[in-house]
Amino acid sequence: MANVSTFDTTSTVVTDAAVLATTPSRALEGPSGRKPKRRLSRRNIILYGTLGLAALYYLLPLYVMVVTSLKGMPEIRMGNVFSPPMEITFEPWVKAWAEACTGLNCDGLSRGFWNSVRILLPSVVVSIFIASVSGYSLANWRFKGSELFFSILIIGAFIPYQVMIYPIVIILREIGIYGTLTGLIIVHTIFGMPILTLLFRNYFTSLPEELFKAARIDGAGFWQIYGRIMLPMALPIFVVAMILQVTGIWNDFLFGVVFTRPDSYPMTVQLNNIVNSVQGVKEYNVNMAATLLTGAVPLIVYFVSGRLFVRGIAAGAVKG
Amino acid sequence: MAKTHQSARPNQLFRNLNSKIASIPMIFVALVIFLGGSVWTVIYSFTNSRLLPRATFVGFDQYERLWGSARWLISIQNLAIYGILSLIFSLVVGFVLAALMDQKIRFENVFRTIFLYPFALSFIVTGLVWQWILNPEFGIQHIVRSLGWETFEFNPVYDPDIVIYGILIAGLWQGTGLVMCLMLAGLRGIDEDIWKASRVDGIPMWRTYLFIVIPMMRPVFITTLVIIASGIVKLYDLVVAQTSGGPGNASEVPAKYVYDYMFQAQNLGQGFAASTMMLLTVAIIIVPWAYLEFGGRKRG
Repeated sequence: MANVSTFDTTSTVVTDAAVLATTPSRALEGPSGRKPKRRLSRRNIILYGTLGLAALYYLLPLYVMVVTSLKGMPEIRMGNVFSPPMEITFEPWVKAWAEACTGLNCDGLSRGFWNSVRILLPSVVVSIFIASVSGYSLANWRFKGSELFFSILIIGAFIPYQVMIYPIVIILREIGIYGTLTGLIIVHTIFGMPILTLLFRNYFTSLPEELFKAARIDGAGFWQIYGRIMLPMALPIFVVAMILQVTGIWNDFLFGVVFTRPDSYPMTVQLNNIVNSVQGVKEYNVNMAATLLTGAVPLIVYFVSGRLFVRGIAAGAVKG
Repeated sequence: MAKTHQSARPNQLFRNLNSKIASIPMIFVALVIFLGGSVWTVIYSFTNSRLLPRATFVGFDQYERLWGSARWLISIQNLAIYGILSLIFSLVVGFVLAALMDQKIRFENVFRTIFLYPFALSFIVTGLVWQWILNPEFGIQHIVRSLGWETFEFNPVYDPDIVIYGILIAGLWQGTGLVMCLMLAGLRGIDEDIWKASRVDGIPMWRTYLFIVIPMMRPVFITTLVIIASGIVKLYDLVVAQTSGGPGNASEVPAKYVYDYMFQAQNLGQGFAASTMMLLTVAIIIVPWAYLEFGGRKRG
């Protein structure tokens, strides 16, 4: 027992060892009664102190964004990025939303917001529908080569987008939809496919096979089983997929810049153009308000969805 | 599942027809876009395409020009610095945070929410916020100076020597939450009995982590490594937002090089060559991993 305490650096084990050493009979019976609580042990101070400091570091940019967006320009020039606003003003928010200029358009970020919404809704629906059907095929209706295609798809997820962008530009141009909303929706569907298909395939594979067999015996076909059995059972995974796609598509920059025309740029692209424009005086408060506005959608999704978000990224990250 | 062998086999092509029809988009994406697109880009990187792709082959000319270009060399160097440091820091920080979170703490959900929220934000938002925080006139440098240290120099927005570290700070802020989450999931997968056994044997906690838990978490580490690494190669939006590649071209990265040459300099051949190099980099990371993961045991 003495060895324990000399080797150990953490106080829990040390206290346990001490307890064991003083009352051997109780130790044999195992722990009983309430767990001793020592809130302010050295271990806890270090533990919560470190976590608290880390949390502060992560929260700082959010704080800076909020604070800066509520200050007037004179106040910004006098203080620093962290100083809280003395006079709260919402003017930067109004200006960012309705008046900020990109190029010739001076109708603010609202334009980008609505563009993003127009891109987001159909892209999410189409990409999730196609990927869920593919995942369902892969899980329940395998055919020769289906696993091979799936492997290519998964490996393709690691290929840098830059490698595939130009061939896609050519294909879309040939069909005549390069620069249109349809084109961008197709692009989002393509690049959302690996992760979403993986997600759905794994989920459908995990469902009991008997369900599928019973439905087949009852004479249900491919689409019937999908619509009547798989779809209703997979609602949670649809929510996870939606979270993934909403944040992913909203945050996209590269595809927006490559596959749309300036007047239909999504919010991220417009935000970048507003903030990094070289003309005029830099209005940091408007910039930060615009940044917050752009970040608001994924942040709301994140805070509302909570654990499901974590599940989504875990599903995306850990192979099934 | 669909392997019911009948005596009179119907035409193979029409078996599971609906499934095949439903999989057409997936097959199209896998074969035409991912495979075909990559092969096409690699092939056309050997041409002298400029404004439009042209099939006039010029051998390795584009690559010679690429590796002779100062901007590309800077891009590669930046990516190497960012990549290596980002890998080390995100793994270490992510693991330490996860280990702290795994101590049966209170408010675990609160902490996790805080650590992970930057991951929900786009790189554009991340880059713009950090551009502002690191702003020399109002941000960190200004604050430290006003605290009395007048000669303090920390200007990763306009100082070409350290600009890439500014991007690294922003990148780590955005991405470590994800690593923490993956590591935490890995830690939760470790059998409780391991901890009990090591406690009975009197092994200090840090040694248990270092010599027992981390080796046990090898698969988690490898998966995380592959995810971070393939994300690093794609690094683009963050640089565009935070520095636009500047000052000068001090913070250029390969993905930006590709974009600029393809869509702005109208020098497609250079863009293809550069993107082929990116593909090669990813292949070096992915192929051994994919071989280990999928090659050894056939999954059915």
